[in-house]
Amino acid sequence: MGDWMTVTDPGLSSESKYISQYTSETKMSPSSLYSQQVLCSSIPLSKNVHSFFSAFCTEENIEQSISYLDQELTTFGFPSLYEESKGKETKRELNIVAVLNCMNELLVLQRKNLLAQENVETQNLKLGSDMDHLQNCYAKLKEQLETSRREMIGLQERDRQLQCKNRNLHQLLKNEKDEVQKLQNIIASRATQYNHDMKRKEREYNKLKERLHQLVMNKKDKKIAMEVLNYVGRADGKRGSWRTGKTEASFFLRNEDEMYKILLNDYEYRQKQILMENAELKKVLQQMKKEMISLLSPQKQKPRERADDSTGTVISDIEEDAGELSRESMWDLSCETVREQLTNSIRKQWRILKSHVEKLDNQVSKVHVEGFNDEDVISRQDHEQETEKLELEIQQCKEMIKTQQQLLQQQLATACDDDTTSLLRDCYLLEEKERLKEEWSLFKEQKKNFEKERRSFTEAAIRLGLERKAFEEERASWLKQQFLNMTTFDHQNSENVKLLSAFSGSSD
Amino acid sequence: MNFSEVFKLSSLLCKFSPDGKYLASCVQYRLVVRDANTLQIRQLYTCLDQIQHIEWSADSLFILCALYKRGLVQVWSLEQPEWHCKIDEGSAGLVASCWSPDGRHILNTTEFHLRITVWSLCTKSVSYIKYPKACQQGITFTRDGRYLALAERRDCKDYVSILVCSDWQLLRHFDTDTQDLAGIEWAPNGCVLAAWDSCLEYKILLYSLDGRLLSTFCAYEWSLGIKSVAWSPSSQFLAVGSYDGKVRILNHVTWKMITEFGHPATINNPKIVVYKEAEKSPPLVLGRLAFPPPRAAAGPLSSTESKYEVASVPVSLQTLKPAPDRANPRIGIGALAFSPDSCFLATRSDSVPTAVWIWDIQKLRLLAALEQLSAVRCFQWDPRQARLAICTGGSKVYLWSPAGCVSVQVPGEGDFQVLSLCWHLSGDSLALLSKDHFCLCFLETEQGVGTAFGQRGDHT
Repeated sequence: MGDWMTVTDPGLSSESKYISQYTSETKMSPSSLYSQQVLCSSIPLSKNVHSFFSAFCTEENIEQSISYLDQELTTFGFPSLYEESKGKETKRELNIVAVLNCMNELLVLQRKNLLAQENVETQNLKLGSDMDHLQNCYAKLKEQLETSRREMIGLQERDRQLQCKNRNLHQLLKNEKDEVQKLQNIIASRATQYNHDMKRKEREYNKLKERLHQLVMNKKDKKIAMEVLNYVGRADGKRGSWRTGKTEASFFLRNEDEMYKILLNDYEYRQKQILMENAELKKVLQQMKKEMISLLSPQKQKPRERADDSTGTVISDIEEDAGELSRESMWDLSCETVREQLTNSIRKQWRILKSHVEKLDNQVSKVHVEGFNDEDVISRQDHEQETEKLELEIQQCKEMIKTQQQLLQQQLATACDDDTTSLLRDCYLLEEKERLKEEWSLFKEQKKNFEKERRSFTEAAIRLGLERKAFEEERASWLKQQFLNMTTFDHQNSENVKLLSAFSGSSD
Repeated sequence: MNFSEVFKLSSLLCKFSPDGKYLASCVQYRLVVRDANTLQIRQLYTCLDQIQHIEWSADSLFILCALYKRGLVQVWSLEQPEWHCKIDEGSAGLVASCWSPDGRHILNTTEFHLRITVWSLCTKSVSYIKYPKACQQGITFTRDGRYLALAERRDCKDYVSILVCSDWQLLRHFDTDTQDLAGIEWAPNGCVLAAWDSCLEYKILLYSLDGRLLSTFCAYEWSLGIKSVAWSPSSQFLAVGSYDGKVRILNHVTWKMITEFGHPATINNPKIVVYKEAEKSPPLVLGRLAFPPPRAAAGPLSSTESKYEVASVPVSLQTLKPAPDRANPRIGIGALAFSPDSCFLATRSDSVPTAVWIWDIQKLRLLAALEQLSAVRCFQWDPRQARLAICTGGSKVYLWSPAGCVSVQVPGEGDFQVLSLCWHLSGDSLALLSKDHFCLCFLETEQGVGTAFGQRGDHT
């Protein structure tokens, strides 16, 4: 809305005319196409614009405004508004058609410009937002780039340092290895050198010694001699003996014998010591085992015992160990199996004891931890009851198993007591064994006695037989006598016959 | 503790007789035999030249005097003073001489170790043993005197010969798997022989009496090896001290190492008692100071200038840096000795020369350590009980027992530098030897001292 300035430039205007004519011609066709559109889409002018438009041209300056407009339009290339002038002096008349055309053109232009402006504005906005976005992205990316660059530099630096260190260490290692190798080589070479030199020197020396020996032996004069007032007796008082071939051999053998005797004595002595030590250690182990068993066995009675497994194994172990004890006391050999058994049983007992102690420790710690609430007491009681129940169950099961086992083995046992527990049974077994042993010894004694008696009886029988024989003979002789006497007296005869029959009856 | 008066002595040659009745000492070319208790002179013998070595025969009836420079050995009889015997090796020379266990033969080693001549005092026979080895300990007799083991070397190989001493018959002859046999020693039970290699190689071999190899022990390779070896009197243990400053104990059943004892310069364990000898200025006020650890009766000990203090752990001991590039360096275990009941082992590490370490063998750990003011020269156990006598070249003698330890000044004008010592058979007296004199120290006269030391009881 600047000041309207009328630019009157005749020279220009004539040129512009031609230009405008040219341009208007070119512009005509498209403008006619759009003219309708422009006219349709013309924006109704507001009153202000109306007033503004009226400010330009008023009733007074129509001619001036027309000429101004004409000038302006021709400079813009539009055709002139005036009609073609016939003469110079005559007033140029307004060409309405041209004016309308020009208006149309201007409207069309205006539309186009507006659209273009809108497009440009939207594009501008878009570009603006794009620009912002891109700038943000750019800034972010720049930051990222910076950080990653810094990181990379840092990593590179670290890598470089580590590589440096690595190289140094490699170098050191190489140096050390070289040094070690060098020293080893030095040592080895020195050793061989020493040995070689030594051997050479020794050979030389031996030669020298031989030479000297020769010299010394040659000079076997009285110089090397022993001068003694009188010879002393031997320390052990024995006389010296002649050295013949036989005595030489006997000396040799005797020496060998003595030597071996000494060696054997030494070995026997050492073995005795070792056996004694062994026996002592075994005794100690047995003692330990017995004590451990006695320590663990009363535990099973207490209901507080929570380790059911251990009681079960304790029970079985006690049975086994009781058997073992009796077996081991019977013989005391140091055979492999007995030793292994002993050590295995000790280990088992020890493990049980250890677990028991651990559990007791846990118990103790738990007791410390637990407060004295009623609830806790109750729950503990319940727990104990539960454990008792479980224990009973387990015992019963074990009893069943044991009875099953024993039923199989019971064919030889004399007394069967199914009602007692397995533990008592085995104790009884032990007792029985002892009893059996006693009975066996008794039996043996009795057998001996019986034998004796039998022998005495047989002797008595033999004696009796002999006596009977004697008696028979006596009787025979007596009968003979009687018979001889019998011939004289008849009634005596009959009596004798009776007697005879009586005797014969009794003797039969 | 009673000290006798000081007598003249030369070359540290002073020895008690094996039966404990006499004491033989040498002064230049004279041999003096005294009574062991009263120190009265019993016999006096004169030899032809300065005596380098004396030795009693096992039955205490004869003494040999070896005169190495002249190549002579003179033998004297105690029962018959007019009896004499002279053995002349002549041009063969003499480097060593010793008795055989029966006391009737003398073994002379000629120069260059050419041979060993066995001279008999009962018969006219002479035996020769060829190629004996010139090493640290090449001859060893069994304790019962039956056998002799001899190290030999032929054709650059080491051999051991076992001879029967009664008739000098060769019993066994076998080679040993050593580079350079340095020493051999019988176990006290006479059934095992230990043979060890020189310090260039750590190897100790154990042979049975009949020549069988029982075992070999090698702790490490390449570094310097064995320096000292000792059997325990019960033959149960063999202690091997080496140049790496450790003692390794082997047991007689498996001949494997059961433990090793290190000798560090710092002792940290508070269970170990460390006795430090400390200089003490003579007291201004007359009085006797109690010697820690306190004992029942201090006894009439003269005011000494040093005493033992129980040092508190950690204790660091003085070490000596050995000269590098030299042979036989002053490192490693230089001296080892078992107590007569085999319960204790006393050791000295040459890199800590002022200290004596006492190890308890029953518990296999260090029991006590004694640090002296000067380097320990010699220590020896009492033959009857666990009592250790130590001398450092100063004028004091030091005694350690499990009850405690004490340092005693040898009385007399001037200083009596105790260079060596040796116990009497009964453990009642101790002979202290210096360069030119010797004196006897009687240990059983004072009741208090006797009971205090006798707490461990006599082992019969």
